[in-house]
Amino acid sequence: MAVVHEGEHHEHPAYQRHHFVSMEQQKESASFGMWLFLLTEIMFFGGMFTAYLIYRNWYYPAFVAGSHTLSIVLGTTNTAVLITSSFTMAMGVWCAETRKRGGLILSIILTLILGLAFLGIKSVEYHEKWVQHHVPGLRFDAMTFVHPKAEPGQPVEPGLPLDMAQHTEIYFSLYFAMTGMHALHMIIGMGLLVFMLVKAMRGAYDNGNIAFIENFGLYWHFVDIVWIFLFPLLYLISRHQ
Amino acid sequence: MSSIVSLPDQTTARIPKRNYLTNENGILSWLLTGDHKRIAMLYLISITFFFFIGGALAGLIRLELLTPQSDLMATDTYNKVFSMHGIIMIFLFLVPSVPATLGNFLIPIMVGAKDLAFPKINLLSWYLYLAGGSLTLWAMINGGVDTGWTFTTPLSTHYVNTNVVTTGLAIFVAGFSSIFTGLNFIVTIHRMRAPGMTWFKLPLFVWSHYAASILMVLGTPVLAIAIVLVLLERTIGIGVFDPTKGGDPILFQHLFWFYSHPAVYIMILPGMGVISEVISTFSRKRVFGYSAVAFSSVAIAVFGFFVWEHHMFIMGVSNYSTLVFSLLTMLVAVPSSIKIFNWAFTLYKGSITFETPMLYAFGFMGLFTIGGLTGVFLGASGTDIHLTETYFIVAHFHFVMVGGMLMAFLAGIHFWWPKMTGRMYPEKISQLAAVVTFIGFNFTFFPQFLLGMLGMPRRYAAYPPEFQVLNVFSTAGATILGVGYLLPMIYLVWSLKYGKIAGANPWQATGLEWQIQSPPLTENFVEIPVVTQDAYDYEWLERQKEHEVTQVG
Repeated sequence: MAVVHEGEHHEHPAYQRHHFVSMEQQKESASFGMWLFLLTEIMFFGGMFTAYLIYRNWYYPAFVAGSHTLSIVLGTTNTAVLITSSFTMAMGVWCAETRKRGGLILSIILTLILGLAFLGIKSVEYHEKWVQHHVPGLRFDAMTFVHPKAEPGQPVEPGLPLDMAQHTEIYFSLYFAMTGMHALHMIIGMGLLVFMLVKAMRGAYDNGNIAFIENFGLYWHFVDIVWIFLFPLLYLISRHQ
Repeated sequence: MSSIVSLPDQTTARIPKRNYLTNENGILSWLLTGDHKRIAMLYLISITFFFFIGGALAGLIRLELLTPQSDLMATDTYNKVFSMHGIIMIFLFLVPSVPATLGNFLIPIMVGAKDLAFPKINLLSWYLYLAGGSLTLWAMINGGVDTGWTFTTPLSTHYVNTNVVTTGLAIFVAGFSSIFTGLNFIVTIHRMRAPGMTWFKLPLFVWSHYAASILMVLGTPVLAIAIVLVLLERTIGIGVFDPTKGGDPILFQHLFWFYSHPAVYIMILPGMGVISEVISTFSRKRVFGYSAVAFSSVAIAVFGFFVWEHHMFIMGVSNYSTLVFSLLTMLVAVPSSIKIFNWAFTLYKGSITFETPMLYAFGFMGLFTIGGLTGVFLGASGTDIHLTETYFIVAHFHFVMVGGMLMAFLAGIHFWWPKMTGRMYPEKISQLAAVVTFIGFNFTFFPQFLLGMLGMPRRYAAYPPEFQVLNVFSTAGATILGVGYLLPMIYLVWSLKYGKIAGANPWQATGLEWQIQSPPLTENFVEIPVVTQDAYDYEWLERQKEHEVTQVG
């Protein structure tokens, strides 16, 4: 499609698609399209954030109790991991712009490793929920919130009345739906990272045709930002008290 | 009767040898195409297919309602039939109807571009549409779904044993097809306009698609997440909408209607764009109050996001929010009526001719006005409590969607058929079809207003015997309507081979799409045009013709 006939359009690089007038138009269109797509993603997650907002107002004690079963250490680590991966991704975009193939490959590999680390830690957390019977629908028992067990080194939390304790299931429903959708976006992103890695190793980005990397960078930062909202909302409820 | 149609001399006229249809051959050249015009044709074939399935289901509904008893089919079969009718007609016909076919075909040409900004994503959107459509058909063959098109919780999550998951997935996938279409349109309209094509020189068709695209891009993801949560609840039992776990089924309604009310405007706005073009062309006048009509599209899109709760007045929402949403709903009537009034003023002192697209456009204006005004009845919370969930509401949205949108779709298909295929449709029989459709439509749906006022509820296979007369009227009308829809199907296919050669501009219309050959070249323009004229500038067109004559002389 992007074949340029010899001697016809000297000024256009070979990767300019036939229907664009100029490279500038092609670049602007691609990045505008990506921003619009991210807007749809905001609306997509927005539905869940709305649900969170409503139920947190209704069942605040249950949300506090549910939140306190999450591991702050793992959550904070994951936040750090993800922010670092955003940094390596930004480095990747910079390397691509300055046509440093080695740096680009290294950044993509680091981003992939950090993404895997995030998902690994997340699966440890999911497993813990499974063991504790905190998985809504499949394996759930609210009784641990009625009679909380004393954790070593921590004060015993007061138990919840039975009906409020049962509403922790809503908290965990949202926890799994929100972090699950976030993880799904990361898995899709990592698939694309592998795709870019293969292409980068073949030198596909050496000619400056890096719109894909730039727009993927936007996507990866977006996924990061979603987590930046999820972390305080899910992990840090009433930690200051 | 006078006519503006000017066709080339049929003895010498030929379809241009090089055009987007003949550019490449073979089935793969279609299935892997990036050409927006070919994708539009693929869409046209597929939505026609689904329209006829949805139409057949509508026929079954009307047949069942011929008698007061539930005798043609079992009551749960009836539930499945009307659910599938709604799902197919809304998600697989009305939402993509005008945008994915006419919009896809025309928007790049109207803005003076060679293609949409993302041709591959455009093709992907067609494949997603097909995937969604196939899943829907599979669900239907596999036992159907009986929740209605609204997937109301907890019915859909707990109480029915039908293919909710498959159908939900189908709509999720089809939704992405719609998002990608909208995204493509917005980027194209922003970034791909030809030199000189400012926002206020754009045809109103483009403006209304722009507004509809905003709704697609912002609304559809909310439906997606609502469906994801329903599916998660149905498969693994999370509790977000489950009252036994503390979840709120009304929250589902909020999320669902946050998309599905704007979806109504996704369906109608592109149709309004068609009507603007048709009315202007066949009254030889610039659309009255061009910028008012353009901004009313955007206003409909904006207001459309703030009225969703009027679908929920009887579902136990707060009285105060009912009051607010009732008022906001009335507001949408303002931009809608701006359009109707401006079209009427465009007709005033215009040189009106009555070709088929114009007949359909007149049908649209009348029926949409009735549909819109009865919408005000339903937006007023007092009357809504009496009328909602009755046949009044069924009649109301069929007046808007079938009387409005389908008329607009047919107007557009006839209007741009010469451009898409290079051949004219047969004029007399298509005028007949337009009139038959109008008569059949009124016969079918007007009695339903009366039935609703009398209190006949929707979604039941049986009804008290005193409602039978009106139901027989309605079924009889549906038969006429069916003929009205079959006719274009037949003669449009016929015209592909036997229609008169149309030439570049049979209507003497001003849009950029009429200044190029029909059917167009794959790249649309030999040279990207430089636009100096306003939209609907018929004097400019005259000057162009004089210019041509002097050139030849």
